[in-house]
Amino acid sequence: MILPPGLEAILTFLQNWWVEIVCGVVIVAVVPLIAGYVVLVERKLMADMQARLGPMRVGPHGLLQPIADALKLLIKEDIIPDNADKLIFWLAPVISMVAAMTSMGAIAFGPAFQVARDINVGILFVIGVSSLGLLGIILGGWASNSHYSIIGAIRSTAQLVSYETAAGLAIVGALLLAGTLRIRAIVDAQQQLGVWFIFLTPVAFFIYLVASIAETNRAPFDLPEAESELVAGYMTEYSGFRWALYFLGEYANMIVVGSVATTLFLGGWLRPFPNVHWLDWLDFLPPLIIAAVGVYCVYRAGKQPVEIQIWFMWAVALACFAVAVIFAAPLFVTSLKFILPGLHGAFWFLLKVSGYIYLFMWLRFTLPRYRFDQLMHLGWYILIPLAIVNVLSIGVAMILESEFGWNRWFAALLTSLFTLGIAALLVNLYDKRAAAASSPATAAATDPYAG
Amino acid sequence: MLDSIAFYFFAGVAVLSAALMVTRRNAVHSAVLLVTTLLATAGIFLQLRAEFIFITQIILYVGGIMVLFIFVIMLVRLDIALHHIRFRLQRWVALFVALALGVEITVVFLFARRLPGQGLLIQEPAPADKLPPNTEELARSLFSSYLLPFEIASVLLLVAMVGAVVMAKKRIDQ
Repeated sequence: MILPPGLEAILTFLQNWWVEIVCGVVIVAVVPLIAGYVVLVERKLMADMQARLGPMRVGPHGLLQPIADALKLLIKEDIIPDNADKLIFWLAPVISMVAAMTSMGAIAFGPAFQVARDINVGILFVIGVSSLGLLGIILGGWASNSHYSIIGAIRSTAQLVSYETAAGLAIVGALLLAGTLRIRAIVDAQQQLGVWFIFLTPVAFFIYLVASIAETNRAPFDLPEAESELVAGYMTEYSGFRWALYFLGEYANMIVVGSVATTLFLGGWLRPFPNVHWLDWLDFLPPLIIAAVGVYCVYRAGKQPVEIQIWFMWAVALACFAVAVIFAAPLFVTSLKFILPGLHGAFWFLLKVSGYIYLFMWLRFTLPRYRFDQLMHLGWYILIPLAIVNVLSIGVAMILESEFGWNRWFAALLTSLFTLGIAALLVNLYDKRAAAASSPATAAATDPYAG
Repeated sequence: MLDSIAFYFFAGVAVLSAALMVTRRNAVHSAVLLVTTLLATAGIFLQLRAEFIFITQIILYVGGIMVLFIFVIMLVRLDIALHHIRFRLQRWVALFVALALGVEITVVFLFARRLPGQGLLIQEPAPADKLPPNTEELARSLFSSYLLPFEIASVLLLVAMVGAVVMAKKRIDQ
């Protein structure tokens, strides 16, 4: 059969790339579900820290709450303000979500799960494309034709532009140690050195943590959507499904920054101490942890008030046991050994990402919101100079190690201490300036752009 | 074949949205269309297997410069500014540039069959894994053959940055 050349090319394309296309579809399908459950975990954690119970009504312990929420959002009325710019109002949330989902394509969730084949500029791709989500926020705020929205969008832009610089420079620190932009090669470099980069450059990790909280617009840096000042910031005029798209984009972005931090600083999909063989029993941890969750579900099942909830708890427990068996299988069956790195790698990777997101939530419930000028000062006067000093000191540490034969740990410790000293100096300077600014004599000279 | 499809798709999107960008009255719409043009150009870089330039285009132009553009457009009321400024002289410059570009494109199309490749189809590049890594090659040539121009450009940017800071500072002090 003779096909037209265009169709033939498309067929070869599908033949070569069907795995990637299927993976992409899976990501688009699964991420909303994960985001929904991240929201549930967040509400539960917040409730726990505030001595409440949180969502309890829908399903046992509110386990079906995300699904109910999604349904509610889908059937809600979709309101478009009269004077809004319809086309851009429609486009903006889509941009936000597409950017977050696309950047997820290059992340390697374990050595076996990566949608895009390992591209040469992997980590730059993730960061660059996820920063396009800002366009969605700023356009959405403008198109809504509302004061709250536009102020939220302006704040968001100023904040992201400032903190992206700090985040980028923090990433440079880890990239210097890895010597590559390829995502797999970064993790391999950490395996070869036998150390996660967080221990060599703790300051860079800290800068990235703060900057990534600001980038995802979360408390204590959630000024673009500060409820007490701006209703909901750039999404004030959005409702129903469009609002859900923004929300989804935000949570997908959290997963993205968590994955970047995990890849660069926390050893990616490597288990703790990947090169130490007498610790190989750590490979048994993933199935044991999952089985423990199952046992806990069985224990809680007896305490449910309604019969259907008891059955639901049992179902969750059985699912946990099944997953635990799948994770344990390659440890005992030699012919399944080949799936061990992929499966357990994904487990460790997701565990680390969850830990990072937990850190986000913990900080959110602990710290009060910053004022806008404080936020800008933190970014420009402290984080960015600190990140530059950090890059320089990592360079010095690497030269000390390679040219002068110093011990790697000693060099890293010395330069980290130096960077911390600079940090103390910067904070001290900032405190002095803040004290001078708040004295009554200079009160008139405050920054007019604050807030 | 696939490369040709990719090239013509991205080129078409770039040209179309560039044309739309010039003709829109609303400045924000123009900015969005310019973003589309820049993204399509990035796609052409990717089709040429220049990943590093592709991602630099996205980070710098779309993620950085365009965001600042839109930021400024939102803050400045352009509809008022338009009443004051008339871009009359631009018409002749634009006409000249368009004519020059048109002649260039016609010449390329007329002589397309004499260039390497099969007429209007793109030549298949080498498979990606056989090419030398893009980022490393770029860094090597920047820091060996083109070190002086690179340094001059850096100093120029630094001067511009300091100048911008000085200008902003003066305005606040007054």
